[in-house]
Amino acid sequence: MQGGGENATTIDERHSSRVTVEVNGASREVTLDNRTTLLDALREHLDLTGAKKGCDHGQCGSCTVLLDGRRVKSCLVFAVTVDGRSVVTVEGLAGPDELSPLQAAFIAHDAFQCGYCTPGQLCSARGMLDEVSRGWPSAVTGDLNTPAKLTDAEIRERMAGNLCRCAAYPHIVAAVRQTAASS
Amino acid sequence: MSTGAVGRAYPRLEGAAKVTGTARYAVEYPVDGVTYGWAVPSAVVRGRITRIDTTEALASPGVLAVVHHGNAPRMAPGPQPELRLLQEPTVHYRGQYVAVVVATSLEAAREGARLVRIDYDTGPHSTVLTDDHPGLYKPDQVNPSYPTDTAEGDFDAGYAAAPVRVDVTYRTPAYHNNPMEPHATTAQWHDGRLLVHDSTQGATPVRATLAELFELPPESIRVVAEHVGGGFGSKGYAKASVVLAALAARHMDRPVKLALTRQQLFGPVGYRTPTIQRVRLAADTDGRLTAICHDAISQTSTIREFAEQTAVYTRSMYAAPHRRTTHRLVRLDVPTPFWMRAPGECPGAYALESAVDELAIAVGLDPVELRIRNDTAVDPDQGRPFTSRNLVACLREGAQRFGWAGRDPSPRAGRDGRWLIGTGVAGSSYPARARPSTATATARPDGSFLVQINATDIGTGARTAIWQVAADALGVPPERVEIRIGDSALPTAALAGGSMGTASWSWAVIRAAQALREKLRDGGPPTGEVTAEADTTEEVGGQPALPRYAYGAQFVEVRVDADTGEVRLNRMLGVFAAGRVVNPTTARSQLIGGMTMGLSMALHEEGLLDERYGDWVNHDLATYHITGCADVESIEAYWLDERDDELNPAGVKGIGEIGIVGAAAAVANAVHHATGVRIRELPIRLDKLIGISDLA
Repeated sequence: MQGGGENATTIDERHSSRVTVEVNGASREVTLDNRTTLLDALREHLDLTGAKKGCDHGQCGSCTVLLDGRRVKSCLVFAVTVDGRSVVTVEGLAGPDELSPLQAAFIAHDAFQCGYCTPGQLCSARGMLDEVSRGWPSAVTGDLNTPAKLTDAEIRERMAGNLCRCAAYPHIVAAVRQTAASS
Repeated sequence: MSTGAVGRAYPRLEGAAKVTGTARYAVEYPVDGVTYGWAVPSAVVRGRITRIDTTEALASPGVLAVVHHGNAPRMAPGPQPELRLLQEPTVHYRGQYVAVVVATSLEAAREGARLVRIDYDTGPHSTVLTDDHPGLYKPDQVNPSYPTDTAEGDFDAGYAAAPVRVDVTYRTPAYHNNPMEPHATTAQWHDGRLLVHDSTQGATPVRATLAELFELPPESIRVVAEHVGGGFGSKGYAKASVVLAALAARHMDRPVKLALTRQQLFGPVGYRTPTIQRVRLAADTDGRLTAICHDAISQTSTIREFAEQTAVYTRSMYAAPHRRTTHRLVRLDVPTPFWMRAPGECPGAYALESAVDELAIAVGLDPVELRIRNDTAVDPDQGRPFTSRNLVACLREGAQRFGWAGRDPSPRAGRDGRWLIGTGVAGSSYPARARPSTATATARPDGSFLVQINATDIGTGARTAIWQVAADALGVPPERVEIRIGDSALPTAALAGGSMGTASWSWAVIRAAQALREKLRDGGPPTGEVTAEADTTEEVGGQPALPRYAYGAQFVEVRVDADTGEVRLNRMLGVFAAGRVVNPTTARSQLIGGMTMGLSMALHEEGLLDERYGDWVNHDLATYHITGCADVESIEAYWLDERDDELNPAGVKGIGEIGIVGAAAAVANAVHHATGVRIRELPIRLDKLIGISDLA
């Protein structure tokens, strides 16, 4: 992307940093303005526009990616803080030849319409399923002494940080439920 | 010969691109030498810019320019004055874009925008809608071109003479569309030609507006909108982002990407006006309506008149001998309100379908039965028979699926521990329209076909639906059909709005396919490409003006916490009659999406305006609440098989908006049934219900 190169020439060296980060399994090295968020680094410097900018304030979830395996809102993460860490975006969810079961389930259940929140929903769901498998409770988990079961109420609660104005919510829940059941 | 593609539940054609992140939206195309624009909003409501000091901004690293009324390229005056941005120092409302900072990076542009110093002379402002505002007036017509007032019979006499009367006033706040993708544009000029990638519901109207503003022939402008992250009306015509990006790119002679921030969407790109609606209903003791009056008040800006057609729903929904509807408007120092999903019908149905519920209680009649009793085969407004009207069938089917029979009508009859349980119903309707479009169909020597039309898929499933229609019209398996949409270089077509996309586009596609088959019939298999085109302008324009409407019935069960007043949706069920359904998968998604937005309207959304600052204070997604995943426990949409031969060749009515019509009333009616409390001012927040346990 042009933005990256030009940026580096106009921003004082004291205000920029060389960042090395593993993105979707590949090591990437880029010089970034220290103010750059992980979201903008992905979108404007690494040509990974899958993560979306819906609010830039951590309020909508469209920018959700996995950072060292955990879901984060990439608009709230400064890119300089991910030096040496690992990021997975929606572009990294599929296998080399086929969609992941979660992605396939999203298509099968029509769990999106405009598609703008979808990359965030997918990364959030992936991170959330991992949290459940680790036994992390949510606000609706009744008994904290036994592992949380992935009921629909649990899915709804755990996916509540990802807004969808098209309101594909019941289909998102169905897609996540199916993915969890078959894995 | 049909291949049966229409009616089948195909997954979306762009599904894989959307779930892998490869579908590109407006500011996601790689562009050499791109720069970044950041809009600067006015910090005052009404006034005049006396000085813009750009020294500090321009000294900030990476900032290339500050474009404002003093240096911006000139634009022609046009029919949309709010788009003539950066042309004059006048400020009409708080948040009006008064400058654009262009920089080499997003960070530099944002910082530069913070550093622009603007001085204003300010004047007094009026930004709050009231029912006694001195500026109330009667507009010449209401959106898009309905009569402002209507009257049949003698409402006053009919109302006064009736044994049962309801006189109630409902209020709705400003609602903000908030598509997940903010309005965004990439603009680039090459040799006097303009290319924009824009987040819009219609590339053709955007091109027309840009041609007017920049005084260019439309052929020298290309607008691409392949993937659009929602619109809900707010991207129905050219909006500020495309104008600002094009202006800035021309000023810079470099490509500019400009995305509005989420905060900048609250107002300047349009919103649903607040409304104040007085509804008076009169009936005989059997619940037959004798008099209906709906008086609606809404607001517009000082720049342009937009008159929401709030009471139009009431003109055709239920019959009565004495009827009157009126619209009054106030010009306030606010951004111009605009379309939001089912403008007019949505707020109007909230009021009417709530009032009908109140009437049913006053009469002592089941609200489903009262609606059935007031059904009409003839449009009370036009005096002609509806081409099809299956409201009663929707009510009956919905009641059966929902389990309405045997409902105890008494408020507070249902209880489950601390939860009060209630159910509610409302009717829905929305006009079935079509607009002229053009399309081409091409046969290729390899046996495949290409269909091209500048339709837009803002998430509706339009691309897939048109593809299915095209396959059937060509008489070939859909796998052999390629569809191209979302580009003004394609044959011009209607925008995605007014629930008329599929009706309009399929009409042109079917005619193009028929013309192609006619051409191919004369010869053998083509040796080269054979193309046929169609333009439905004459045919659509020549269609008789009949009352064409889709209908629905929505049923809701809520639970209300008796101590805190918290309202939760247990379940929501809608049954619709909307002509032929092209794709059950995408149709269901659209219907539940509309219903959910109605739930959101009833319980969650509210633009809170602070008169001191003349702006909405909750202008982000943390403070302007929209329904989230945890709020929707069960929501179902069904439809009836409906055939109507007086619609369009595909026999479709449109389903993008009807889901939101009546939905909020169904929720509010259920809350009343649960609590015995009638909230006539949306949203139904818990503070309006708190203390209800005292009534127990």
